[in-house]
Amino acid sequence: MKRREFIKRASQATGLAAVCVGGGWFFHDREWFKYEPPIVHKPDFQIAPDNAYPQISLSRNQDHVLALRDALDAVGGIARFVRAGERVTVKPNVGWDRTAAQAANTSPVLVGEMVRQCLDAGAAEVIVTDVTCNEARRCFLRSGIKEAAEKAGAKVILAVEDDYLVMDLKGRLLTSWPVLRHFVETDRLINMPIVKHHSLSMCTVGMKNLYGILGGRRNQLHQEIDQSIVDLAMFSRPTLTVVDATRVLMRGGPQGGSLDDVNIEHSVICATDQVAADARAVEFLGLAAADVAHIVQAEKAGLGLIDYRAAGYKENLG
Amino acid sequence: MTVGTVRNLRRFSQVSFFGVFCWLVLKTNFEVAISPDTVSEVFLPYPVSIALQFDPLVALTTLLANGTLFKGLLWSLAVLIPTIFLGRFFCGWVCPLGTLNHWISEIRSERISFRGKGKIESNRYKKYQRIKYYIFLFMIAAALFGTLQSGLLDPLPLMARSIGTLVLPTAHAAADGVLGWVKSFGFKPLSGAAQFVYDMFAPFLLNFRQVHFHGIVSIAILFGGIVVTNRVFTRFWCRGLCPLGAMLGIFSRYATFGLQKDEKSCDHCNLCLQSCQGADNPDVGTRWRQTECHVCLNCQAACPQGSLDFKFFPTLEGTRTNPPPNQRVDITKRKTVASLAAGAALFPMLRSGDSFEINADSRLIRPPGSVIEDDFLARCIRCGQCMRVCPNNALHPTLLESGLEGVWTPILIPKVGYCEPSCTLCGQVCPTGAILELTLLEKVGDKETPANRIGTAFFDRGRCLPWAMATRCIVCEEWCPTSPKAVYLKEELVTDRQGKEVRVQRPYIDPDLCTGCGACEFACPVVDQPAVYVTSVGESRSPDNQILLRRKKPTTIPPGETP
Ligand code: SF4
Ligand code: SF4
Ligand code: SF4
Repeated sequence: MKRREFIKRASQATGLAAVCVGGGWFFHDREWFKYEPPIVHKPDFQIAPDNAYPQISLSRNQDHVLALRDALDAVGGIARFVRAGERVTVKPNVGWDRTAAQAANTSPVLVGEMVRQCLDAGAAEVIVTDVTCNEARRCFLRSGIKEAAEKAGAKVILAVEDDYLVMDLKGRLLTSWPVLRHFVETDRLINMPIVKHHSLSMCTVGMKNLYGILGGRRNQLHQEIDQSIVDLAMFSRPTLTVVDATRVLMRGGPQGGSLDDVNIEHSVICATDQVAADARAVEFLGLAAADVAHIVQAEKAGLGLIDYRAAGYKENLG
Repeated sequence: MTVGTVRNLRRFSQVSFFGVFCWLVLKTNFEVAISPDTVSEVFLPYPVSIALQFDPLVALTTLLANGTLFKGLLWSLAVLIPTIFLGRFFCGWVCPLGTLNHWISEIRSERISFRGKGKIESNRYKKYQRIKYYIFLFMIAAALFGTLQSGLLDPLPLMARSIGTLVLPTAHAAADGVLGWVKSFGFKPLSGAAQFVYDMFAPFLLNFRQVHFHGIVSIAILFGGIVVTNRVFTRFWCRGLCPLGAMLGIFSRYATFGLQKDEKSCDHCNLCLQSCQGADNPDVGTRWRQTECHVCLNCQAACPQGSLDFKFFPTLEGTRTNPPPNQRVDITKRKTVASLAAGAALFPMLRSGDSFEINADSRLIRPPGSVIEDDFLARCIRCGQCMRVCPNNALHPTLLESGLEGVWTPILIPKVGYCEPSCTLCGQVCPTGAILELTLLEKVGDKETPANRIGTAFFDRGRCLPWAMATRCIVCEEWCPTSPKAVYLKEELVTDRQGKEVRVQRPYIDPDLCTGCGACEFACPVVDQPAVYVTSVGESRSPDNQILLRRKKPTTIPPGETP
């Protein structure tokens, strides 16, 4: 072997060995990828209280669009909640592959009108989304919400895996949990629940509707349902809660299915107080808020008032 | 028209049919725009399984196995009749798997060295090409006795299955992986560009969400094997194994279109053999084999002397040129008999085993609307269209759940996805009637009509939270879609280990109402092995696989009355 060749081959082998040792040394016991949790502002979208307006209003009208407009005007009108150029996320309940009449999802008529209101108030963009239980495409289609919201000019988003941010909810029970991006990266959040029966929490209204901002294995939350609802309501504070009580699902909730379980009430509630909204809404189910554990706990946590009349209540029964 | 033009026509035809086939598989998807006010049922806008109905092997074997030519299968005559006159034009011009094999065989790479002599030799007719006829005969005999196995190897179902359950989901996972990797650099312009490219292709190539299929590796082994062998022998699959190719070969026995060779002008350069797809001996001096020829016309275009000419009614002498006079379909009598006998023996052998009915897998849940098991096995061609279309990723190719006989037939795995009550898509796409199309009413039922049942749910009280762990839950009840709910609750006061009293609601199943949809199993928080699970017992399609002597029909019961 020539000397030159000897040196060449020896140095090649040594070089490779050095790379292996160096690489091993470098990666040993060290995190190569470091997960940096994204920074997002706390989703508190509430507006400053104003004593000129009641905290909660209810309006009853066969024409549901008018009912919504009336209830909204009573709490100050859309201009109080949405300013020009803002991004608004509307969160109806689109949990199930059910039609509007079956009263498992928020009324598409109300969602459409709400979108139009926001756009009229000058919103730059209105997003309508929810983390559904049944298959998302089917839920948005059959509920009629996709069609109605898009017609009104909203952007309908069906969540995919990439759309979640893992966030610290800072709750007593709920800590790190994936949250759908559009419910935190926005300027205004409008919660649009429907009033339904639920076997465990007794009712599904506004605060329970916030389950829909979460991804992940949220079925585990049922084990401590009351505390997890309160945690969520502490974390996510909507600008406005608009309760669809045009149809009320009395039994077989939260999915329903039979029209025999649906009561027609033609009512819409608008509230800046989440607890008051739920407290008024459960009366449609024949319940008293004082008997519903999560509403009681929410009041204790300082989220609002069960005695909605004390919160300032206006009612228009048409 | 020169042969060059015709050859370009062929290329165009191959690209178009390949494109159409893939497009149809892509469209086998829940992707519809309906207005819920006007239509209550979701229908697919295109007849997405139409390509499979043009398959003569599907038509023949299902006809033999179950005695009917289901729905659109008469279309297969549109392929079979021209074949009788023109030969295996389907293989060279239409078949998507053939086209794929053609491309993979011809991509130049290191194989550039594999030209000249070696390639000429490998492109001569070989004895192994008989295998496909024996496979075909085996399938035919098996079908005649009632077990439909042709779908395993029939190229159209094979392609649909491989694209739908293997290629597209893999592409999806790969695309998501690459996107995530690029984004992990945190370099904005790069992430933006990657996202842009992704958003450009994702809407029509990728599913709405990543799907996960059972048994996917077994599908990959067959499909991958077929693709890879092309690199060793040109179109090995088409030449040697394809049962549809064999069937078309047999039907081109009397073709009126063929290759006429001119002995005098040929100078034996063998360029024709270089480019031959079918290994049918186009060169002068050997006997041309109509049954092997894919009518690709490469040989005629390659011949510098103009000695080869495809024409109608070629003279017998002109097609043969020095032929030893023997039969055109090169199979021996003994092996023919042996294949048929083996196929015939397959059925009693499979049925004397225990996996059919007698010890059937309790988790063998068939899609809603499926026909009874032995008819099902005589109909399902394992095209995987039902698995592809299912919006919930509920349907999967089996491995051995229905025995070796039913490999890759659909099974519903509720843990991955349950059956959506308002959905009837799998029945809409099944090309052979293994899954019959249900109306919405037949699927969910009402006060008079019984709902379709695919199984029954049971609780595992050792795992269920309220039963075993003094913990509140009711998720199964929440998800149960029947009305009233088949899952009902009883409130009980239980004490945990520390003696603390907990009020829980314990779930029970009402077998009269349960349809076996599996929503409860899907949603149960005990994720690895759900505390509520569905087995096939009670399925509507079977009179025998039942539990209760007097189980009432699963119908909606007016509220107030106790079921
Ligand atoms: S049951 Fe599924 S795999 Fe079988 S033939 Fe029908 S659609 Fe194809
Ligand atoms: S299994 Fe159920 S959800 Fe899936 S396609 Fe069939 S009917 Fe639809
Ligand atoms: S969802 Fe599972 S754990 Fe919860 S009650 Fe039902 S069976 Fe039990």
